[in-house]
Amino acid sequence: MKLNPARLSKKDLAPFLKGLAKDYDLYAPVRLTDGVSVLKKVEPSDEIDLGSNPQKGLKEVFFPQWEVMFQYEAVERRSRVASMEAVPRERVVLGARPCDIQAISILDDVFVGKEFTDTYYLQKRQKTTVIGLACHEPCSTCFCSSMGGGPFHREGSDLLLIDLGDAYLVEFLTEKGKAFRKNEFLKKATAKEMALAKEIEGQASKKTNASVPVGGIDKKLDQMLESPLWNRIHEKCIGCGACTLLCPTCHCFDIADEALDKGGRRVRNWDSCLFPLYSLETSGHNPRPSGRERTRQRLMHKFNYFPKNFKKIACVGCGRCILYCPVNFDIRHAIEMIQKEEGATAL
Amino acid sequence: MREKAEELLAKKAVDLIIGFGEGSLPLRATPLFIRTPEEADQLIWNSFCDNNLATYLHKFNRFKIGIVVKGCDARSVTALALEKRFQPDQVVLIGVPCQRMVDRRKVKKAAKGEILRSREEGELIIIEGDGFKSSLKRDDFLYTSCKACLHRNPVQANILVGEPVQESGLAEAYPDAREFENMAPEERWRFFEKETRRCIRCYACREACPMCYCAECFVDSSIPKWIEKGLSPSDLQFYHVVRAYHQTGRCTACGACERACPMEIPLVYLTQKLNQEVSELFDFEAGADSKRLPPLSTYDVEDKQEFIK
Repeated sequence: MKLNPARLSKKDLAPFLKGLAKDYDLYAPVRLTDGVSVLKKVEPSDEIDLGSNPQKGLKEVFFPQWEVMFQYEAVERRSRVASMEAVPRERVVLGARPCDIQAISILDDVFVGKEFTDTYYLQKRQKTTVIGLACHEPCSTCFCSSMGGGPFHREGSDLLLIDLGDAYLVEFLTEKGKAFRKNEFLKKATAKEMALAKEIEGQASKKTNASVPVGGIDKKLDQMLESPLWNRIHEKCIGCGACTLLCPTCHCFDIADEALDKGGRRVRNWDSCLFPLYSLETSGHNPRPSGRERTRQRLMHKFNYFPKNFKKIACVGCGRCILYCPVNFDIRHAIEMIQKEEGATAL
Repeated sequence: MREKAEELLAKKAVDLIIGFGEGSLPLRATPLFIRTPEEADQLIWNSFCDNNLATYLHKFNRFKIGIVVKGCDARSVTALALEKRFQPDQVVLIGVPCQRMVDRRKVKKAAKGEILRSREEGELIIIEGDGFKSSLKRDDFLYTSCKACLHRNPVQANILVGEPVQESGLAEAYPDAREFENMAPEERWRFFEKETRRCIRCYACREACPMCYCAECFVDSSIPKWIEKGLSPSDLQFYHVVRAYHQTGRCTACGACERACPMEIPLVYLTQKLNQEVSELFDFEAGADSKRLPPLSTYDVEDKQEFIK
């Protein structure tokens, strides 16, 4: 049964969170310094920053950059091992953007696959309710609409907030979300407010760039492994990992043992295909010896290998890689260059 | 600049020219790589050409390269030549006396909304977005490291484009280091700890720096493993201390490390402090002299040694 949306006054946001904190661990975007925000675990008293999409978004709630898998210690000539996958409390994420939420469906394909399930990811995923925040002011670097999403994309959110000015309209989208309908701070929304939300949605959708030409790019790339395009496209890339680490869909990791004298822990850390070390083999040989191969990998994985494996492109158009690249490598231009490349027609 | 670049490429004096082209976003220029005279008209110069292009010399070290440089970038090239990173005649410096670069983040923070268009008009930066248009004074939005710069003229340039500028600072020397020094020791530690804590270890600071070119960076070494790869605060602090320390006597204060950081971590104050020490102890500035080796790369019986107790 579809529930009518509710209304959450902005004045009630703090008490709303305080109430939730009794039953849930809270995650929300917070400002670390002027211009830099991350979505992280918060206390209800923390100041939440819903103003812009944070540098580090929803991905970290389910797949932290630095995660302990298990730890061990030596106790009287034996070792005691403690696994760390359990998630003791239910979680609520507030204020994730639709692009980041769409990206989670991409991560689900990887971590909750038919053959293999990643328990660390799955436990967090099952215990989390996602309250999305629709983008009423998308940026010029946003191209979610080209990637099958949009500023009001609802898939993946349990609840969606729409900013009406002095209040949020709250849509109940899943069973998990509907469990919130009796929350004391969620009031009945008026027909006028619902109409206003529709209007804001219409305006926002017009603003995002739907013209990034990704149609058929996977097929096109099938023919392009040895294309001369790669000799040029990577030139300006300095080989840092900012784009991949901040990307909501990039999910490569490296497992390491942090060993101390009488104990230690096994951790997994985010990794990046743009780092030379990523593909360096024990022998000293590196099958991706230069930026050409590494940039190609980044783009091929998103636009060719991933679609082959999971029938979807591993990019949601959030624009972070464009915004935070130190040398202005623009993935939209890379897509255009790939599509324009001649002599690489689909079979 | 375009004429000189066209000429260099036409007479095949260089294989490739690294300069700046129009960026895809407002307030941005982007590194540009051109190989034919026809491409020369894509070159641009403005207050947003803030990358130090010398970092690309390592990547293209098999070619003869023309490279567009500001004062600081030219000094990086000199410092790299002293470290024998390329043959002396391999690099042609196309120098531009620098007008000091504008910090786009400062401009963004001063804007009333998202900046959709921007342009420069003399000493003004005009920014426009949905429902606003403002003219900002360029000088109010300069990088602090640029404000104090006394080496805006690329004196080592093979080709100079534009008129030399007068060398005078708009701020006292080492402004970022001084601010840090003025803090109490505990306050300094708190600042360093707080700022490094948000590092995501993307290594943009390392990659943007022309002087960071080790075949294997200490963070990537597994035998021995100097540092873990996670986000433990002590590992983050360790990385940032060592990164800065490896620049002692080699940093030309271009600010590329800090400009590259997606998390806006202040980094320049660390290297500035080291530059200040090296200048006071050894009367040395990296890249200023094409003959003199950096003090920490050389040894002399007359070296100061009061610090040995």
